[in-house]
Amino acid sequence: MSAVEAEAPPAAIRVSKLTKSYGDVLAVNRLSFSVPEGTTAALLGGNGAGKTTTISMLLGLLLPTAGRVSILGVDMLKRRYDALPRMNFSSPYVDLPKRLSARENLMVYARLYGLRRPGRRIGQLADELDLTAFMDRPSGTLSAGQRTRLALAKALLNEPDVLLLDEPTASLDPDTGDRIRSYLEAYRDTRRATILLASHNMAEVERLCSRVMMMRAGRIVDQGSPAELIRRYGRANLEDVFLDIARRRRTGDTREAAA
Amino acid sequence: MSAADARVAGTRGPIASWRRLQAMVLRYVYLYRGSWPRLLELTYWPTLQMVMWGFLTIFLASKSGFFVQAGGVLIAAVLLWDVLFRSSLGVSLSFLEEMWSRNLGHIFVSPLRPGEFIAALTLMSLLRVLIGIIPAALLAIWLYEYSIFDMGLPLIAFFTNLQVMGWSFGLIVCGLLMRYGLGAESIAWFAIFAIAPFSAIYYPLTVMPDWLQWIAGILPSTHVFEGMRAVLVEKTFRTDLLFNAVALNAAYLTVSVAVFLRFFRSARERGLILQIGE
Repeated sequence: MSAVEAEAPPAAIRVSKLTKSYGDVLAVNRLSFSVPEGTTAALLGGNGAGKTTTISMLLGLLLPTAGRVSILGVDMLKRRYDALPRMNFSSPYVDLPKRLSARENLMVYARLYGLRRPGRRIGQLADELDLTAFMDRPSGTLSAGQRTRLALAKALLNEPDVLLLDEPTASLDPDTGDRIRSYLEAYRDTRRATILLASHNMAEVERLCSRVMMMRAGRIVDQGSPAELIRRYGRANLEDVFLDIARRRRTGDTREAAA
Repeated sequence: MSAADARVAGTRGPIASWRRLQAMVLRYVYLYRGSWPRLLELTYWPTLQMVMWGFLTIFLASKSGFFVQAGGVLIAAVLLWDVLFRSSLGVSLSFLEEMWSRNLGHIFVSPLRPGEFIAALTLMSLLRVLIGIIPAALLAIWLYEYSIFDMGLPLIAFFTNLQVMGWSFGLIVCGLLMRYGLGAESIAWFAIFAIAPFSAIYYPLTVMPDWLQWIAGILPSTHVFEGMRAVLVEKTFRTDLLFNAVALNAAYLTVSVAVFLRFFRSARERGLILQIGE
């Protein structure tokens, strides 16, 4: 073991040869990656690349056809309930009950996660995520941006060690989006939390992530830090890299990094 | 103690399970507290049915010696049938609430285990039945001077068996909903009615042809309604019928939990949980 390897933080998320097929359709194809503890990584790719499928398998909402997922050292296929109290997620594909107020929703989930002082934690999150003014309004009456912040508050209730975020700043105006990104950075650094996000917001990924995995057709076609990828592709920013990779699909270029 | 353990009150053991169960019940209490149509729906049908059949009982009692002798047999049948129907519906509607609100993804990645979710659904079903049936039963005392509570302890046995049978049907419906999505929603409403003609609710088992009696015999509800008539007409409590109902219910509940868990796994294999929605 090299000195660098010895000093590297342990992987909070470890995925090995993860595969999901629906009949003949291969949605995720032998995906392998790891995310070190206390870092933020991103899954990037166009629609249908397999990002949400991958996150669903990490959460245990979707059973893989083959492969392994370990989170915080727990085999998610065998003992997921040992890891779930220390994880959380938000996704635009899953709502909170619309008839319940923001406070009621958070109270229910605070109790599901077994929080010792739910009221205090909810008040703290409401304050930090600027939710206080509409905590007693039904969630269904909130704007898209307010709902996104509420979903984030739910994802942070149990102060998770691993946070999986699908489009975390979707529907947020630039100012609020920027504040949420700062909040997530601070949360990661103070809690030494591990964040894996799927996003189409390249500026967000460049800012938050130390590692980016570019996905296409269910595979990781390239990966590295944002700076490495930008340099490797000779582009000005990550968005251009993304377009480069997405468009190679059409030109048939099959350059793929070892996953 | 790890940092995570300090933040949360533990995630294993019966106390943790009870807390999660309470959380799910709280979720439905919040829902009903903020929705008067849902509350109205709980009591509307049981009361309406009881009023209608109560007047029919009064009419028949004036024409038939049987109904004079067995006063309230129809009202009791109506109320107990509603226990079964509401119990099944209570499970499946609570589950449907999660599907309508696209909330299942959050629930299934929380520490709530499937067994705890099933327990929450059944507990909510019991609460829904009590909220629906008790006002109707009290109204029957006022309107017809008939108290189903006069049945005494056998009533608890009948109620419990029908409640448990309703849970079994409800859990199977939930499984079908997970597998087939909201397209199967109407099953929640009509599934239990499929067994109504064979459950000997309003007429004795002997009315049916022999081959149908065999089918009726494998339904716990048949033994409950036969037992109810024995109490009301013959003034005897048939323990043999109770034993049959309990044994069948044990089998039904075991199978229904297995079916629910199998469909849950199937939904996870097929990636259906995130797709379920309004």
